[in-house]
Amino acid sequence: MSSLLKITDLHVSVDEKPILKGVSLEIRQGEIHALMGPNGSGKSTLAYTLVGHPKYEVTGGTIEVDGALLNDLDPCQRARLGLFLAFQYPVTIPGVKVADFLRHAVTNVRNPARKEGEGLIPMRDFRKELKDRMDELGMDIEFARRYLNEGFSGGEKKRMEILQLAMLQPKFAILDETDSGLDSDAVRVVSEGLRKLAGPQMGALIITHHERLLEYNVPQFTHVMLAGKIVETGDASLAHELHNHGYATIRLRHPAEAAEEQERQKVAVAGAAN
Amino acid sequence: MLTAISSRTVAYDAETFESFLATRQEPAWVTDQRRQAFEVYRELLATELDPEEWKRVDTRAFRPEKFAIGTASQSAASFGTLLADRAEFGGIVSHVDGVCSVSKLDPDLASQGVLFGNLSDLLRDHGEILRPHLLTRGVKSDTDRFSAWHAAFWTGGTVLYVPRNVEIAKPLYSLIGLAAEGAADFSHTLVILEEGAQATLLEETSSASATASGMHIGAVELLQGSRSNLQYVQLQNWNNKVWHFAHQAGRVEADASLRWSVAGLGARLAHIHQDVYLDGKGATAQVNGVTFATDKQLISYYTQQTHNAPNTQSDLLYKDVVRDHARCVWRGMIKVAKDAQKTDGYQRNDSLLLSETCRVDAIPGLEIEADDVRCTHGATCGRVDEEQLFYCMCRGLTRSEAMHIIVEGFFQRVYDRIPVEIVRETLGQAVERKLGIGGE
Repeated sequence: MSSLLKITDLHVSVDEKPILKGVSLEIRQGEIHALMGPNGSGKSTLAYTLVGHPKYEVTGGTIEVDGALLNDLDPCQRARLGLFLAFQYPVTIPGVKVADFLRHAVTNVRNPARKEGEGLIPMRDFRKELKDRMDELGMDIEFARRYLNEGFSGGEKKRMEILQLAMLQPKFAILDETDSGLDSDAVRVVSEGLRKLAGPQMGALIITHHERLLEYNVPQFTHVMLAGKIVETGDASLAHELHNHGYATIRLRHPAEAAEEQERQKVAVAGAAN
Repeated sequence: MLTAISSRTVAYDAETFESFLATRQEPAWVTDQRRQAFEVYRELLATELDPEEWKRVDTRAFRPEKFAIGTASQSAASFGTLLADRAEFGGIVSHVDGVCSVSKLDPDLASQGVLFGNLSDLLRDHGEILRPHLLTRGVKSDTDRFSAWHAAFWTGGTVLYVPRNVEIAKPLYSLIGLAAEGAADFSHTLVILEEGAQATLLEETSSASATASGMHIGAVELLQGSRSNLQYVQLQNWNNKVWHFAHQAGRVEADASLRWSVAGLGARLAHIHQDVYLDGKGATAQVNGVTFATDKQLISYYTQQTHNAPNTQSDLLYKDVVRDHARCVWRGMIKVAKDAQKTDGYQRNDSLLLSETCRVDAIPGLEIEADDVRCTHGATCGRVDEEQLFYCMCRGLTRSEAMHIIVEGFFQRVYDRIPVEIVRETLGQAVERKLGIGGE
């Protein structure tokens, strides 16, 4: 039976400021969902909240995987339940080699009961697996010996996120603008990489402004966020329409949320000016 | 079972000194040197310690009279050493409570004129070789009360002498152990590399038990002829009941290179005065430091890189991690003499604080008299970054595992500068142990 990630009426605040105002979404293993929306609509907030960033406070609603409530779990527990976030801005961990980091990560995710200090997956098996995945993604094995994201270019960092996705084989992957800030070659590499990984075992929530990622990974569902809510859900053609025509028609169809968005931007501008 | 040294208190006074001398059968020049040092010690004991070096090091709880110089060999004591048995060494010298218990050297090296053994013994047989070097130009007895105290009472220690152009490929190993309750250790490490010689010495300090208190009033002298190449590692890994005061000096002649790595993991309080002198044109020194202080430990360094000749290079990187109520002090100085033009000097200290109650003082400094030099220094200090923790946790690492991997990564930069694999491994494992992960 395929797993289900179920988000119900999720309300989230950051620094006591409400950002998400009742988001509901169901993602099954094997499905690809696109999440679109103008800047500031709450896409990244949803992504961070799903994996448990402590700054994002859930003030209402639930996040469940197969009926198990995630709200009070820390990011490590959620990762071990099969959630994965490909970061928009991957973090550098100085002095920690990619291979060492991933060996810990992979062991923990595959053996969720593991405690610190307990055995890691055998080095030989791990190395082979890592090399195979890196080959598939066209990555030089030398990267495994480098320090995680240290001195990496933007494209290298994003590819490293995809490599981690490939190694961790999550049930649910959230990709937060994995295609942003990349040149078209890099976007193609990342898009192809994701296509190879997507399959019946992985549900994906792809947050993107661009279309390329979705060309390679055609979504069954496209959701549009505006002012902290999902205002429309459609199929791949909705993503296509938004890409070609922007969010003007969305705002016309949802005047209340559009007004709220405008209000928020005013506050943000005033805040920035102060 | 460890033998306890009697609980009487020991004043390091004239009477103690005379009876100490009576136990030593030493050449007259050694006795004279000790007597002079003892006089200096008496004077300096009445003199205030240099506040610039000592004001952040609280020694009020230090009771020297509780620690006595041992005479009986504790060779039966076993040590949880980190380095021993890890590699094939060209020679091994061990001291326990100041008494030499093991002294071995590869006969092939001995036949090339290499000396490696206990200072007390080698002084008798090879005094003419050691005399110009012992406590004359590296560590000076009159620097402060600790150097004078050491110079008067040193008990032994590891000597390495490598003749001209002899290159030793295998590392040599030296253990300084403390075993008996209340034991004092006055080990003196003396390394002499003649012109063009090459060697690696790995030295480790260790306690036989976790509870025996002890004292180390030590000195290290690394004296390098021109074109020589020395790698010296000292891993200080006492238990948390040991008071550690040491003067350590390296002197590097023309085109010679010194790579000196220190690790400070143990001791209740450790203060190390570390001097590197670039004496000859083209001399280079790389100084690496790894410090991890926990509980109520205080680990303090006073480092000086002194450039006395042109075209010399020094590069110091100290990294410390501090946790609980521990404290770490680093006071660094680069000195450049007037004619040491084209000096390239660098010093850097990075600190990572793991608790709200720990503290780090890092004070870099420059004193430059030449006008054509490049000297840079820096210090950073911070806590573990929450975004790094979050990122690691998102990949299935627990918070504490993430913290540990970040700490190990923090030290990695120093490990990267240490070319001996067993040292890198050992340091990594010692840090893991202190973090409370991994097995025994």
